[in-house]
Order: sequence, then C-alpha cells, then structure tokens
Amino acid sequence: MINVVESSDIAKSFGPIMALDDISFSVNESEIFGFIGPDGAGKTTLFRIITTLLLPDKGNMKVLGMNATTHYKELRKNIGYMPGRFSLYQDLSVEENLNFYATVFGTTVEENYNLISDIYSHIEPFKKRLAGKLSGGMKQKLALSCALIHKPRLLILDEPTTGVDAVSRSEFWDMLNKLRQYNITIIVSTPYMDEAIRCDRVALIQNGKILSIDTPQKIRAGFSRKLFTVKAIEKYRLIKTLKKNPEVMTAYPFGDSIHVTLINDSSDNSLFEYLVKEGISDAVIQEAEAGIEDRFLELMEKA
Amino acid sequence: MGGFKNSKGSALDIINLLLAHYMKRFLGFVKKEFMHIFRDYRTLFILFGIPAAQILIFGYAVSTDIKNAGVAILDLSHDEITLKLTDKIFSSGFFKKTENLLNYNDIDKVFKKGKTKAVIVYEDDFGKKLIREGKASLSIISDGSEPNTATLITNYTTSIVNDFTMELAGPALKNSIRISPEVKMLYNPALKSHFMFVPGVITLILILICALMTSVTITREKEFGTMEVLLVSPLRPIQIILGKVMPYFFLSFINVLLILLLSWLVFGLPVKGSIILLLAECMLYIMMSLTLGILISTISKTMQQAIFISLIGLMLPTILLSGFIFPIENMPKIYDYVSSVMPPRYFIVIIKNIMIKGTGLTYIWKETLILIIMTLVFMGLSVRKFKIRLE
Amino acid sequence: MNEKVIYVKNLVKKFGSFVANDNLSFEVSAGEIFGFLGANGAGKTTAIRILSGLSKPTSGEVNVAGYDAYRQTEQIKKNIGYMCQKFSLYEDLTVRENIILYGGIYGMSKSLIRERLADLLAKLHFQEYENRMISDLPLGLRQKLAFSVAVLHDPKIVFLDEPTGGVDPITRRQFWETIYETASRGITVFVTTHYMDEAEYCDRISIMNEGKIVALDTPEKLKKQYNAASVEEVFIKIARPN
Ligand SMILES: Nc1ncnc2c1ncn2[C@@H]1O[C@H](COP(=O)(O)OP(=O)(O)OP(=O)(O)O)[C@@H](O)[C@H]1O
Ligand SMILES: [Mg+2]
Repeated sequence: MINVVESSDIAKSFGPIMALDDISFSVNESEIFGFIGPDGAGKTTLFRIITTLLLPDKGNMKVLGMNATTHYKELRKNIGYMPGRFSLYQDLSVEENLNFYATVFGTTVEENYNLISDIYSHIEPFKKRLAGKLSGGMKQKLALSCALIHKPRLLILDEPTTGVDAVSRSEFWDMLNKLRQYNITIIVSTPYMDEAIRCDRVALIQNGKILSIDTPQKIRAGFSRKLFTVKAIEKYRLIKTLKKNPEVMTAYPFGDSIHVTLINDSSDNSLFEYLVKEGISDAVIQEAEAGIEDRFLELMEKA
Repeated sequence: MGGFKNSKGSALDIINLLLAHYMKRFLGFVKKEFMHIFRDYRTLFILFGIPAAQILIFGYAVSTDIKNAGVAILDLSHDEITLKLTDKIFSSGFFKKTENLLNYNDIDKVFKKGKTKAVIVYEDDFGKKLIREGKASLSIISDGSEPNTATLITNYTTSIVNDFTMELAGPALKNSIRISPEVKMLYNPALKSHFMFVPGVITLILILICALMTSVTITREKEFGTMEVLLVSPLRPIQIILGKVMPYFFLSFINVLLILLLSWLVFGLPVKGSIILLLAECMLYIMMSLTLGILISTISKTMQQAIFISLIGLMLPTILLSGFIFPIENMPKIYDYVSSVMPPRYFIVIIKNIMIKGTGLTYIWKETLILIIMTLVFMGLSVRKFKIRLE
Repeated sequence: MNEKVIYVKNLVKKFGSFVANDNLSFEVSAGEIFGFLGANGAGKTTAIRILSGLSKPTSGEVNVAGYDAYRQTEQIKKNIGYMCQKFSLYEDLTVRENIILYGGIYGMSKSLIRERLADLLAKLHFQEYENRMISDLPLGLRQKLAFSVAVLHDPKIVFLDEPTGGVDPITRRQFWETIYETASRGITVFVTTHYMDEAEYCDRISIMNEGKIVALDTPEKLKKQYNAASVEEVFIKIARPN
C-alpha cells in the first residue's frame, strides 16, 4: 500500500508565530484521516501545505508520491480541496457554481453526479438560486459538492461540516464512507468530536503540534480515569457547585448531564453527599464509559 | 459509429482532444467572468452609461452652440473659384453669412461685434494659384474664446473645403491640387478646445475599466476565498490571467466604438486620421491598462486596496496630469516628470493626433513605442508576480 | 408565568414566491434560554433577522421587547444584542477599541464603558489581550468576546446565531457558562445551534423544518413526546420524517 500523504518534520511560521512545529504523519490510500483541534491549532496551514498552496519552512511533504513543492502542477490536477471559508461565487447560481468547477477540472456534472447526489440533492431544488442567497449550511453543502465533482484522488476538506445541521452531517459522513469504494483518500478537519469516531485514524493537533495519532477506538481507550455522569434539574447550579468542590478534577456539561472526573477515583460516594449538603438533592450519579470527546478534553487540558 | 474508432490513435486527434480539453476549461472560466459582469448591472450601467452620458451632454451643449454660427468672408482674390467655394460653405446650412470684409483690419472689428464666430480668408490670386500651381491656401480664423464653436466651425469648414477640392479636381486629378486651410484661432491660439473631451473620456474610461475592473475581480477572488480553489485547480496562471483579461478587453473595445460612434453622431466629430490606426492604438492602450490591472491585483490583498490604488494611483493622475483637464505646459516641471511615467499621457497625445489633427503613425511612433514597452514590462511583471501560492 | 419579551403570531416571510418563514407562532419569556433549532435552510436566520429589526416581516404579528417589528425597529435595536457567526467585531481594531466603539454606539457613558471594560476583561481572563488586534485572537476567544460585547449595554434580549459554530469543545463549554450567567441576570437568550448537546442546555427549544415550527417545548418533554433518548434523535425524527 502506498502512502498518499507523507509529511516529515514540517514546520511553518508566520513572523513570530509558530503555526506548525515538526509535523510528521502519513495517510494511507482510501483512508479517512481526521484532524481535530481548536481553531488556530494549525490545521488550515497544514492543509494549505498539502494542497501546494503554501511552502513549508522546513521538512518534506510528499503527496501522491510527488514532492508538493516541486510537483505542484501535477498535484493540482489530482487534489480536491474545500477551504474553510466559503469557496463559492455568490453572484452565480447553485447550478452555475457546480458547472463552473466541473468545467475547470475538465469534467461534467453528469459524469460524477453519483458521487455528490446524496448531499447535492438537498440543495438541488434551489439550483437556480444565487449562492449568496443560500443559508449557511446550504452553502457548505454546495461547496462540498464543488470540491468533489471532479472525483479527485485526494480530497481535502477543511471543516466541511461547520454550520451543517446534525442530520445532514451524518449523511455527509455516510457519503464520505462511500467514496472509499472509488479509492478516494480523504483528509478532513472538524471541530465536532463525534465525527472523529467516523474517521479511520485521527490526529489531535494543538498549538501547531500533533498530540497523538491513532484510531478513534484506541484514542478513546486512552482515557484512564473513572468517569461519572451527574444529572440534576438545575444544571447551571449543579455545574457551579461541582466546580467548587476541590475533590472534582473536571466537570464538563455533555448534553443533559455533567461529566465529572475526580482527583481520587475512589471517592464517588462522598460526591453525592456533598451535593445534597449544597442543596442539590435530586442529583443522579452514574459511572459511565468515556467517549472520544472526554479523551480529547483530557488531552487538551493536559497540553 | 465504428468508423470513428480507427482514427482514435492518430496524433492529430490527440492534439485536438487536448486542445479541446484545455480550451473547454478556459472557456468555462471566461464564461464565468462574463456572468459576473452581466450580473452586476449597476457597474455595467456605469461603465457604459457614464461615458455615453458625458458625450451626449457635451454633444448637446456644443450642437446648440453651432446652430446659426455667423461666419464672415474676407475674399482677397474674388475669382470664380472663391465664389463657388463660399457658396458651398454657406449652402451647407451650418453657417450664416454675417459680412463680406474688405481687409485684415476688419477681422478684429467684426469679432468684437459678437455675431461672427469665424472669418474665412482667401489669399490673393487664390483661383489662379490653384489652377497654375495646384495649391492655394485659405485661412480660417475663429474666435477662440468659444472653443467648442470655434473648433466645430473649423472642422466643418475644413471638411467642406476638402470636399470641394475633390469635386474640382475630379477623380483623375485627385492628388494634383490642394487647398491647404490654415487654421488660426484668435484669443485662444493653443486650441484648448472641449473637443479634447472625447479623447479624454476614452483615455479615462479605458484605464478605469481595464485597470480597476481587472484588479478588482482578481482581488475579489482572493478575498472571497475562491482564489484558493482556483489555484488548486488545473487552471494555469496564464489561463486565469487571460480569462480575467478577455472579457474586459472585449467590453472596453465596445466602449471605444460606442464613444466614437456617439461623438460622431451627435457632434459630427470626425476621426481625421486613420480609423484602423485609431482602433489599433486603442487596443494597445487597453492591453496596457489590463496588464496594469493585473499588476495592481498582484500587489493588493483586498478589493479595497485594489480600488484605492487604481483610483488614487491611476484615475486621479490621469485626470490631473495627462493634460485631460489641465494643460501639461502650464504645470510645474515636477508634475511634468511625474506625468511622464503615466501611460495615459502618451495615449492622449496619440489619440488627439489621430482624431483631431489627422496625423499618421509617423508622428506618434514614439508614444506608441513607449506604450508597447510599458505593456511588455507590465505583462512580464504580472506573470512573474502572479502568486501561484498563498502567502 | 414570566413577562413575555418576544411575541410572534403567524409570522410569514417570503422572498419572492419562496416562503422562508411559514406561519411561525411562539412566545419567549424574560430570562429564558430559548434554543431555536432547525435543519439547514429551515429559516432560522431569516426569523432572527426579523426579530432583531434587520428585516421586515411579510405578514403576521411580531413584538420584541415591547416594540413592533414593522414600525419600531429602531427601539428594538436599542433593546437587543445581536451576534452572528460571521461578523460582529472589527478585526482591525483591538479588544479595547472594539468595546469602546460598541459602548459608544449604544450611547453608554464613558465611565460606564470603562467600568464594563474592566469587568469584562477580568471575567474572561482577557487582560493580556486588551491591546491585541481581534484578527490575532483564536476563534473561540473571539466568539466569547463578541458575546460579551453583544450584552455590553444590558439588552433585554440577546440573539445568537450559531455562536459556537466551529469552536473547540473546551471553549464551547465555557461559552455556555457565560450564556447561563447572562440568563441568570435576567437577559433572555435566543440561540441557534447545530450542536445537539447544546440544545439540551436550553430551557425550551423549538425545532423548525422547511419554514415551519414543528415542535416546541422543554428538551425533556420533547424527548418523551418523541420517545427519544436525546434531542438529536428528536431532531432526526423531525428533519427526516420517513
Ligand atoms: N435574500 C434571500 N433571497 C432569497 N432566498 C433567501 C434569502 N435569504 C434566505 N433565503 C432562503 O430562505 C431559506 C431560509 O434561510 P435561512 O438563512 O433563514 O436558513 P437557516 O435556518 O438559518 O439555515 P442554516 O442552518 O443553514 O443557517 C433558505 O432556503 C434560503 O435560501
Ligand atoms: Mg442560519
């Protein structure tokens, strides 16, 4: 199996800011490889180096077996890229945008319609509408269709699902999964932790450094502490009260409950008593299995 | 169907296929540019509306001036030919005869009276000279304090005289006789006429559309993030540049034709020199401005910067320094030096020469050469500076 | 119950013949955190623009902070805060300059602005950023600051259109703590989000689909009603009914 992307010791700084620091990783063919990390972590910069848009200060970036610095012309024919910002022409209609990108990449919409139909069908009823008049999520769906339309060998998506609604997000990931059968390799960044699960491997990146690279399952298994979920009616009061307790190491809201870890893993009984003493008598405390988001929060806190 | 398969491998076919492939990409890009332009009807309206409006307003103002303009005659020869010519001039319907003068001293007087806007003077033995030597001269002296009228009368008279010469000579003798009208303007001898307005409008509009619009469309792609995708596409920089340039080349050229047509229809402003040469020079100037626009886009990050550079850096100097409004001779030397790097300055000389004086390439080759060199320099710089990456 | 600060009855907004908001009716009370959910293109942003006086309804009754959305848009704007994902702060001004600017726009006195500025910097642990350009701040911080600026003038209601879109999980949670804190001060929070876990933090949520409000209640009741374990499931059932 060849490595579609091979990055060794990539570094890049803008003035005094070190945007990327010794980034090394490799991506296999037909893999979905995720980058997860806060805004400003360096994801966009890294993606721009992979797509030949930026030159690294140091290190070597090999994409599809070619050097990204010297072979940018060939690479640009084989890469599909969706930048984080909207890459659409606001004054062209949905259909015109898609047709334009198809033509520029030397293909037609009909030829690769099957690749995009799952997502494009949501906005197709509005194909005569100008892109500038679409809602935020609709724009995102169109941008995605445009990036995919030429059936690239490597697809690079910078936060493609930001602003996309929950249902469409899951449909979008179904679609990415299907792309595997066309041997398309996908590199994707996302701020949604639940999406990390759907990647083959993920890299957690923060402050220009990769904190860990692994399969989502292994990353999740790295969570070492006992985790409790705490529920009560008055959520805001509950979280404030929990954070006051010196026994509590972290308390993060997760949907309708609070995920809590303790400094001393064996002291969960005293937690209930503490809450009752503080006037929260309806608390329900359960031990729970950690999700990948718990692990990421842990890693990010440490870093 | 089967017949086609045989030719599939031939080299020519492959070349054709490749060509079609690249062309399709490029044409797709050009089509998109045209869509941007035609969607933005406000800008489009300004592009075509403003020059047209300027021409119309001026044209209207001028044409009311000239109606019934009084012309006096000082005929020092008084022969058959001068009588015929005088007759022809007044039968054109443009002018009204005010007086027949007897000597040069009368000229000043008749102007002072106010009704007469121009005096036509035939030299001694006008008819005889014309027949014997094949050339004779007549002077058109006009009141330069009303430059529009003065220029118009001069132009009309000149063309009537030319007509007359042709008739007189007949097709066979076409080149053997010549009446050389000598134009003199009293009170405003340098002929600072509002006719300069037409070349001025063309000069300004062209640099405006070309430089401003191209630099803005390119920076717009940068600002909206679409440039990022274009760069990662197989489109080559030269295709992107040409794709941006083509539509505006086309539009600007239409605009030139429109301005020329309007000024001809409304003012009857003739292009005295070769129209082909004029159009060719316009194309050169358009090309120069377009490459300048691309150059501007390579050094500006946002549309705002591009607009600012184009307006402050190009439009203002064009208006102020190229002799469009203020004559260069009256400016301090320093401005003269500054304006010498401004392409419009050369173009305005070219276009005035062709349109108003009717001179040919021999008189303007220097300016043309300067424009060609500028175009090449800008083009070289912009291809070189066009960023194939983000920074 | 509480005083109603938003009252909407049969609100319709059309773009040409396209109906973006189709007969919306709901009320929001003071101090409530109201989650305004819906699929892409459901019409959330359109409705928020109307509620905050930025665009006129086609028909229907809309009353915000006691003012009418047809005629009294100026008063509405004075009494609300508004934050959308794209633009809210001037990128080329510093944190401090932005705050002073907004205070000025809302007619706050100099001393009050100074006081709030100090408060805000302390509360957000922002002191070190005071003189930094907005464009140099990471998105998460920017959004937190934008929110604080939106409630700088103590509005009755603050409208947040996808405030946490693209924000990292830690900052997102800190953001919600500020929302809670704001609501506890009696400011009504009207928020859209595509993070379904955040929907659970709201007092009440409405779920829109294709211009209509399909469901409206507390998260708990909706989960019961739709027989679902999470708001996300409720959402899926509404957005893809088959
Ligand atoms: N100015 C406009 N002209 C025409 N249609 C418009 C205009 N503004 C919005 N729309 C349409 O109205 C619908 C609702 O848009 P809106 O922006 O309110 O959606 P939204 O619920 O905010 O979606 P998202 O979650 O993606 O942000 C969409 O179909 C959109 O294309
Ligand atoms: Mg929206």
